[in-house]
Amino acid sequence: MMRCDTLPRASLALAAVALSSVSAHADAISVSGKSDLNIEAIAMFLLFVIATLGITKWAAGRTKSASDFYAAGGGITGFQNGLAIAGDYMSAASFLGISALVFANGYDGLIYSVGWLVGWPIVLFLIAERLRNLGKYTFADVAAFRFQATPIRILSAVGTLVVVAFYLIAQMVGAGKLIETLFGLDYLYAVILVGLLMIVYVAFGGMVATTWVQIIKACLLLGGATFMALMVLAKFNFSPEAMFQRATEIHPNGSSIMEPGALVKDPISTISLGLALMFGTAGLPHILMRFFTVSDAKAARKSVFYATGFIGYFYILTFIIGFGAITLLLQDPAYFKPGAVPGPNGSFSPADMIGSGNMSAVHLSNALGGSLFLGFISAVAFATILAVVAGLTLAGATAVSHDLYASVIARGRANEYHEVRLSKMAAVAIGLLAIFLGYVFEKQNVAFMVGLAFAIAASCNFPVLAMSIFWKGTTTRGALIGGFLGLLSATLMVIVSPQVWETTLGYPKGSALFPYDNPALFSMTIAFAGIWLFSITDRSRTADGERAAFDAQYVRSETGIGASGAAAH
Amino acid sequence: MSIETDRLLERVQSDPQFHELVRRRSRLAWLLTALMIVIYFGFVLTIAYNKEFLAQSLSGGVTTVGIPVGLGVILSAFVLTGIYVARANTAFDDLTKQIIERLKK
Repeated sequence: MMRCDTLPRASLALAAVALSSVSAHADAISVSGKSDLNIEAIAMFLLFVIATLGITKWAAGRTKSASDFYAAGGGITGFQNGLAIAGDYMSAASFLGISALVFANGYDGLIYSVGWLVGWPIVLFLIAERLRNLGKYTFADVAAFRFQATPIRILSAVGTLVVVAFYLIAQMVGAGKLIETLFGLDYLYAVILVGLLMIVYVAFGGMVATTWVQIIKACLLLGGATFMALMVLAKFNFSPEAMFQRATEIHPNGSSIMEPGALVKDPISTISLGLALMFGTAGLPHILMRFFTVSDAKAARKSVFYATGFIGYFYILTFIIGFGAITLLLQDPAYFKPGAVPGPNGSFSPADMIGSGNMSAVHLSNALGGSLFLGFISAVAFATILAVVAGLTLAGATAVSHDLYASVIARGRANEYHEVRLSKMAAVAIGLLAIFLGYVFEKQNVAFMVGLAFAIAASCNFPVLAMSIFWKGTTTRGALIGGFLGLLSATLMVIVSPQVWETTLGYPKGSALFPYDNPALFSMTIAFAGIWLFSITDRSRTADGERAAFDAQYVRSETGIGASGAAAH
Repeated sequence: MSIETDRLLERVQSDPQFHELVRRRSRLAWLLTALMIVIYFGFVLTIAYNKEFLAQSLSGGVTTVGIPVGLGVILSAFVLTGIYVARANTAFDDLTKQIIERLKK
């Protein structure tokens, strides 16, 4: 199993690591070793759990209708939703993984983090307000707006559940290992704890509880990271140049940590990954679902603006935190494995850090604020995981109840009460399945799964959504075939990519059929071309009706006339 | 959807001012999308083809040109979303409201 902590060991010239394989490492966090029980961390974590369970109880009392359960009744403000989106998106992996990448390789960590931000403006410019104007609870509402409900709902639900499954497995395995390291809790217990808490939040508190868990987590994470970054900068009299100067003096890679290293390899891989990140964000079901929690298009736009600000600010903080770890930890034997030998200038290799480089931000919190602050940051990391998995579970449960059950099986005749009850049962089932998968995949390399989730979101969900919104000529047949082609091609190309075929499945080097780790450039092309081709060749009568229905959809998507929840305002 | 809503949608659909509004807002949205794509892919392709440019010292110290450029890409994402929201939530939304109010009568 290849881990982040193996990166710095290789010289920069040798570490010809594709952007995508590093991306996956940092997002499916891997830390190692079980630590002693951490009392401060557990106390603060319990405080968080009690507070969020209290919120869940309050939310359960307010959750009466389907609209409350799926969309918090549409009563979240733009600013709150911006925070919740940030809380839904910033994973423990991005906090610990990006700071670890900066700690090990310097500038490459910044390059990497930028990729996770640039999808947000695209979400705003192309998707957010039209989604809000056309849909009610899921992006399938929008994709199926003028098409035959059954096939398009099935396609969207499959796209949602596949993305949720891969994302969730990566989060569960990472959570289990992280909690094992931070709290000294057994892997299996950690996974069960995360699974049970997310079931409680979602099944009892629905979107209201999920939203507030995400908002609180975002505030804690942004607050904690801000404090750390300020403490680091204060040590250098707020002069970044002085901090960089010190870092280049003591880092084993010297001044090369200030320049691009091996992260960006060949242009095709780079573009392919860039497309997956840019357009995958606009196809993530748990993110898209958040736009139905606000009252109108105005608030939907504002939420992306705030979310982009919070997430961008957070990435800048992780960059400073990574440099803080270099300057403050690299020469302190307390943070490195007992057998590790420092280099001639007294610096250890980042790879020899206790618990791997992914623990650098956690160790830094100890160096900056003692065991109390260490406990706080550990609890924040745990809270971060819970907020992300709760959002994923809710999106998956909604796809089952609102898309599959209410629209496909009951054909619109289900009543709200049954639909919501089924959604809660689905949340329980998804939670139990996630615990089981977390257990099964403990020893597997799940690093590629977040990358795969983004590739599928960019190659199935996004093309279907975009083409149904923007192109009059799209028909049910085109969307259905093109969407499935995107889904299948992305999945197949990932399986036969070097990262999965060789690194994960262990086939010999060079035997992978597809040379790139990220398929988005090819699978997105296949999806868009498929939708176009199978739409223009669709001569059926229903296809004519679907094209004719575009004009009314277009006016509604651009103005919000008739939008769900609009009457109340 | 009610019959009133359907009739309003039809009226808006045939209103030239509506099409002008959407044309202007879409032009801004696609322009900003293109800008974001150019900025991001410009950044990563510069890394792929011209590392030296980003590796040079900014002003004699250890801080490289790459630092402000990287932070600039992050900032640009925020600024571009700000530009869109500022325009769409004020001028464009007011126009939309005017059109709808006028056609409702």
